[in-house]
Amino acid sequence: MTKTILTVDDSRTMRDMLLLTLSDAGYRVIQAEDGMHGLEVLAGEKPDVIVTDINMPRLDGFGFIEKVRHDANHRAVPILVLTTESDAEKKDRARRAGATGWIVKPFDPTKLVAAVRRVAA
Amino acid sequence: MDPMAAIKQTFFQECEEQLAELEAGLLAMEGGDNDSETVNAVFRAVHSVKGGAGAFSLEDLVRFAHVFETALDHVRAGRLEPTPEVLKVLLRAADVLADLVRAARDGGSVDENRSQKLADELRALNPGDAAEPEDDLSGLEFQPVHAVFDFDEDEPAPAPADNVFIIKFKPKPSLYAKANETALILRELGELGPIETSCDVSDLPLLSELDPEGAYLAWTIKLTTPKNEDAVRDVFDFVTWDCDLEIINETAPTGPGGGGIDDELAALLARVQASEPDAPDAAPEPIATSIPTPDVSEPTERATQAKAAAAKPSGEADAKAAPTIRVDLDRVDRLIDLVGELVINQAMLAQRVTEAGLARASGIVIGLDELEQLTREIQDSVMAIRAQPVKSVFQRMPRLVRELAAMTGKSVRLVSEGEGTEVDKTVIERLTDPLTHMIRNAIDHGLEKPEARIAAGKPEEGTVRLSALHRSGRIVIEISDDGAGINRPRVKQIAIDKGLIPADAQLTDEEVDNLIFLPGFSTASEISDISGRGVGMDVVKRSIQALGGRISISSRPGKGSTFTMSLPLTLAVLDGMVVTVADQTLIVPLTAIVETLQPKAGEVHGMGGAARVISIRSKFTPLVDIGRELGYRGSASDPLAGVVILVETEGGGRSAFLVDAIQGQRQVVIKSLEANYRHVPGIAAATILGDGRVALILDVDAVLAKTQGDAPPGLNPGVSEAA
Repeated sequence: MTKTILTVDDSRTMRDMLLLTLSDAGYRVIQAEDGMHGLEVLAGEKPDVIVTDINMPRLDGFGFIEKVRHDANHRAVPILVLTTESDAEKKDRARRAGATGWIVKPFDPTKLVAAVRRVAA
Repeated sequence: MDPMAAIKQTFFQECEEQLAELEAGLLAMEGGDNDSETVNAVFRAVHSVKGGAGAFSLEDLVRFAHVFETALDHVRAGRLEPTPEVLKVLLRAADVLADLVRAARDGGSVDENRSQKLADELRALNPGDAAEPEDDLSGLEFQPVHAVFDFDEDEPAPAPADNVFIIKFKPKPSLYAKANETALILRELGELGPIETSCDVSDLPLLSELDPEGAYLAWTIKLTTPKNEDAVRDVFDFVTWDCDLEIINETAPTGPGGGGIDDELAALLARVQASEPDAPDAAPEPIATSIPTPDVSEPTERATQAKAAAAKPSGEADAKAAPTIRVDLDRVDRLIDLVGELVINQAMLAQRVTEAGLARASGIVIGLDELEQLTREIQDSVMAIRAQPVKSVFQRMPRLVRELAAMTGKSVRLVSEGEGTEVDKTVIERLTDPLTHMIRNAIDHGLEKPEARIAAGKPEEGTVRLSALHRSGRIVIEISDDGAGINRPRVKQIAIDKGLIPADAQLTDEEVDNLIFLPGFSTASEISDISGRGVGMDVVKRSIQALGGRISISSRPGKGSTFTMSLPLTLAVLDGMVVTVADQTLIVPLTAIVETLQPKAGEVHGMGGAARVISIRSKFTPLVDIGRELGYRGSASDPLAGVVILVETEGGGRSAFLVDAIQGQRQVVIKSLEANYRHVPGIAAATILGDGRVALILDVDAVLAKTQGDAPPGLNPGVSEAA
């Protein structure tokens, strides 16, 4: 069955890249523009994996992860965080907020798909 | 289009938006707004640029954005105070970032030294020692080795390079809480090489005591792989903090052998001791060289921390912009053309109705009046589509000012007002160059050096003010500085030296000021690379005039200068006075007209030659015979038989235009003469009248300039082609 991936990123460029890479890899991709929007999307969808950015307006990645982890319907969904290499501290915070793993930006398609595969059952 | 190329295009568009946001945010911060959302937005802008740039391997951009981002992160975290000095560096960094983005997009090059210098300045801002947090993680560089998923096989003569690892892995409940899965980790280990797995269930409590979200199992995995220990650790990258993990390299000759038996023994011991199921020590620890992973503190406590941190940004309300659509400009212009035709058509209809001699109160006339009003409203609305705030031009100026300030060593503050003032898109587009030039002039020539300013009792920092406002159907843009003002003796001397005026010319202050608009005039003793070479205020004046605008200057020694530009709001219609000259119909733009009058005998005086003046309320004004000026007739007409229109330019120069008769006042649709025919001196454009005939629109400034003798080159006396 086709797996569904929710991508949450405020950057159009990033959203487009994620969409392209993940759909090429055979995933169904749904998108949200920030954490708040992500929660709205989750109300009607049940993705298999979530990929989220950290720095976003309205609700950032940390807040988003935490809300998802407190949501009985989605608490068990793997969440990958998009971080940059120098964000050791942010990675740590994301992890504490409940992120499953991370994808280091910039990612190439192989890296991204491998990371998704790593957490997708 | 290649999808990646399309995304790259999106990226550059997004960059432009982010750069605008960045600058706006930094300027807001400079203005004292240190609201966390502003600072966050600034940070996000740079962060986004960096993220996208990384994806497209734009190394220069990434490197600079990274340094920039680090500095902003310090500001955001409160470690770096956003003082005016800091903001100055940040603003200049924003400029460099913009250059790098554009260089990446257009393939140009940037000044390496400049970006390097700013990167250094940014690093210098960092509190404490400048070391940046570098991550030791080299990304996720695991390469799946395919399908060596062999659970049973007992190490079948591995290649000499193979390593053997004993991995002890005990997940904690937090690992599962983050949706990680042991099975997936084992699967991935299996991709590195053949594995043997054993599960330690010794911690498993009785079913009644089992917490469904607890973690009770421990795993011992023997892995044979060509990969090194880092690759193995990498599999556990996501879970390092949520498990007890030991990785022992068995390949090493010193490594203790027979781990399997020890394991079983230890496990047995552990089971005996296991009275508390959650004691982490209960995990088997048979080998002395174990590397304990750092412990995790309570998840709940961390969760609240994260929550507190997340609460702020999420609390901010996000102002939604009014919905907009993008429309092809051609469509709008087509609509404008059509409305123009409608206006002409409506005028024709009105004329026919008048000719038919219908009663003023008749239904047709009343209906026609309503039609006229509606047409006008439609026209205004259509023009509003093309109207844009001058902000798009104004917002380029702060950067210019910063660069000029840095180049000249002057301290400059730019104050902009009326950024929301709207004007036609074409006007905006053609405004950038003149504005840029005038600001350059204001800083380069107008403002004094800081020492000179202090000596003159002025604040060290000079102010350049840029403002826009609507005034009587036109947009007025002012650029003023509080510098030294125009040095009139020097300006006059230069003009004399360059042969622009006779040495004995008697000029008013205003006339001296206006000398700077003469072609080839440059006040800088040495031409600097700031104000440019050859391009002087004459070019500025001409480009403003080409837009149907006027420019004037007022200056007070020691106090500063003000340049005032007045431009039409639209280039499509104009309110004009319809006049007759030698059986030709002409339009005089209404904005230029001060008053109209019927000359009386004795008011017109000859000045020798063909020159005449008219006395209006005991003030002499040059009388310009339009019919003669445009070559409609060879001899002067009788002023007493005609009508005089008193016109004024933005510079205050007045003149009396002599025409034969006034037909009325009307809004006319401007049809470019240049586009359809060619440029005609003294004529700004043409229009089509209600009776279908073409009428020429008078270029008041050009006619005035010509008659006053300082006509720009190209405006020759013979204008017979206008006929």
